[in-house]
Formats: sequence, structure tokens, C-alpha cells
Amino acid sequence: MSKVITRKKPVKNRLRRTMMFMNAQKPGLIKDAFIYGTDSIILDLEDAVAENQKDAARFSLYHALKSVDYGDTEVIVRINGLDTPHWEEDIRVVVAGGADGIRIAKCESADDVHRVEEKVLEAEKEFGVEEGRTLLMAALESPKGILNAYEICTASDRMFGVAISGGDFRKSMHVQIQRGGIEMLTARGQMLLAARAAGVQCFDTMFPNIDDMEGFKAEVIQNHQMGFDGKSIVNPRQIEFVHKTFAPTPKEIAYAEKLVRGCQAQADAGIGVYTVDGKMVDIPFFEDAKRIIALAKACGVYHGDL
Amino acid sequence: MIIEKSAIAGTLESSDVQVVVEPGTGIELSIESSVINQYGRQIKAAILETLDRLEVKDAKVTVVDKGALDCTIKARVECAVYRSCGKSAAGLPWGAAIR
Repeated sequence: MSKVITRKKPVKNRLRRTMMFMNAQKPGLIKDAFIYGTDSIILDLEDAVAENQKDAARFSLYHALKSVDYGDTEVIVRINGLDTPHWEEDIRVVVAGGADGIRIAKCESADDVHRVEEKVLEAEKEFGVEEGRTLLMAALESPKGILNAYEICTASDRMFGVAISGGDFRKSMHVQIQRGGIEMLTARGQMLLAARAAGVQCFDTMFPNIDDMEGFKAEVIQNHQMGFDGKSIVNPRQIEFVHKTFAPTPKEIAYAEKLVRGCQAQADAGIGVYTVDGKMVDIPFFEDAKRIIALAKACGVYHGDL
Repeated sequence: MIIEKSAIAGTLESSDVQVVVEPGTGIELSIESSVINQYGRQIKAAILETLDRLEVKDAKVTVVDKGALDCTIKARVECAVYRSCGKSAAGLPWGAAIR
């Protein structure tokens, strides 16, 4: 018998610059999923799996989770929508297999999250998995999902983030994908506000045309500028650019270091607002500087001693 | 489990394995594989072990292997058996008979 894999307890707040989709039904894909260096993989039971192969995909998924060592790569499973006959068995197999989390497809309300949460807890009890271990994230794919983003983000302690799903969303808005992303600007912005207000992470949709690297790069840069934590991807070729773009630059790191050191000294001296390099800074700057140092460490680009 | 009707699981894609189960008497197993010389014994053991775990005593099992890992072989055999009993969609014994 080969070794049975037991995964470490999942962490809600971790680095998720890239979340790569993989068809859970394709053995050739899932066995190698971790070697590409993506932060998270999303094993897909939903759109990638044909309606008459939903059962087969669960068997594959279960054994992949139990026998493939994904190491530090986070393993999320996208389950079928709550309007299908599949999602409850999806949850059972995900929990039994010990995946880190579940991506709820087509999430539209806090109630959707609660329905999933209830079944997850049932499954944790059934399979003797630590209660609360299985994390949740929601994919917002409709105008209603975007409008309810805040209630979705705050619906459960298990929630670590939300992602917009462009394909379905654009269809429901009667728009096509545009260079510059104007067709989803409002939705992206609204979801980001909700996620930040709720203190969870926020991820952008995948870029469908893998041969258009220029368009992909422009979108990744915009994602980063808007404040996303990461992006769904569909091909390993997309990983490197996202990781590079989301890592703090040496200049940002140097400034953050200066702030962290300076702020401590000023605080000890009882000063609230002060200047660094001629710019006024106060406590939120300090918090952000600490976040940048932590991000730089997680991205493996920090070599200082803070 | 009793194999009630014939059922199939898996594909002929690389790294996959296609498993057909049909009603039979005793276990009648045939394996075709591109790596039969190297891994034939291991493939056979994985299939028989899985059938044994599912308490399948009588079945004709036809396997076409395309270089699947053990975990894929198990998954496909289990799926075919549960399909043949019409029980593959819900309420599966994850971690018990399926492990």
C-alpha cells in the first residue's frame, strides 16, 4: 500500500497570488499539479467535468487527495452549484479527502454560504475531520452575487475570500471582454470594497486566452493596482508573471523597512505623526509597511532582518 | 457488491485506464497495457485488491491501461463497480470501502 497523505491544517490568511484550475477528472493533470509552483490549485468538479462524469470525478478526486503529496500548495475544490443534484456529495468527498477548502460556484447570498457550511459541518462530523477545518471561498458570477458581496464575505468564519468569475458575469451583464476591463470595473471595485471591509481576500477572474500574453499581463497589472490579492489562472505559463507582479519591489521593501524602524523609534518617543523622507506618515502607514514586509517574506523576496 | 449490469469508467487518454465490469462467475480479469511487462503484476494487484475491498466476488473485468497510477486504477475500478449497481452518484463510503 502506498502512503496515505494527511494535509496540514489549512490557514485562512496565506499567500494566494495564483489559484490554478485543474480538471479533477483528468488523472494526467492532477498528479503533477503541485510541481508548477502555483500558490493554490483548484481541482474542479464543476464546469470542467461533463454532466455524466460527475461521479467518476469524485473517485479520482478522493484518491488524488489521499495519494498525491501537494506539499505547501493549497488544495481547493470547486464544487457544483447549489442548483444541481451534485453539490452535497461533492462536499462529502472533499471533506473526507481532506482538501483545504471549497470554492462555492455561483454564490449569490449569505444563505448559499450557510447551506454549504451546514453540509461541510455534517461531513466533518461524519468523517471525523476536525470541525471548522475546511475553509470556504465564494465565486461571484452574477450581478446579485456582486451586490451581496459583503454579506457573502461575512457569512461564515470559514470564509477566506471571494473571486469574481468573468465568463458567467459578463454574460449576465450583456457585455464582452474588453481591453482595459471597463466592462467589469464596477463589479471588481465593489467586490474589492466588500472583501476589504470584511477582512477577507479578493481574487480576480481567469484570463481565458492563454496565447494573448500581452492582454494577460495588462490585466494582471491592473488587478494588482486595484488591490486584488491574486488571480485565477488556467495555465502554468501564467504563473510567473502574476507572482512577479504581486511581489513587492525592492524600492517598496526598502521604504517599508525604513518606516517600520522609524515608526518604532517615534512611537517610543511619544510622537504620533511624523515624516519619513519628507513625507508625512502615521499609524496606517506603519501597518501597511508591516504588511509589505510580510508579503515580501511570503514571496521569498525579503532578505532583511525585520 | 453484486455486479448487476455492465458499466464502464475511465478513458483511453494517457495516464488513464478504462475499466469495464460485467456480470460473471468468479473474477475473470483481462488486462491490456502499454506497460504490461514492467507493471503488469502491480496493475493486476491494484485491481484485485480493489475488487476484494468492494467484496465483488463475481465479475468479468476488462481493463485497458494507458499508464495510470495506482490511485487512478483504484478510482476507475470503484467507479465502474458502483455504476454497475446504480450507486455511484451519492452516499458513497469515502474512507471506508473506498480508500
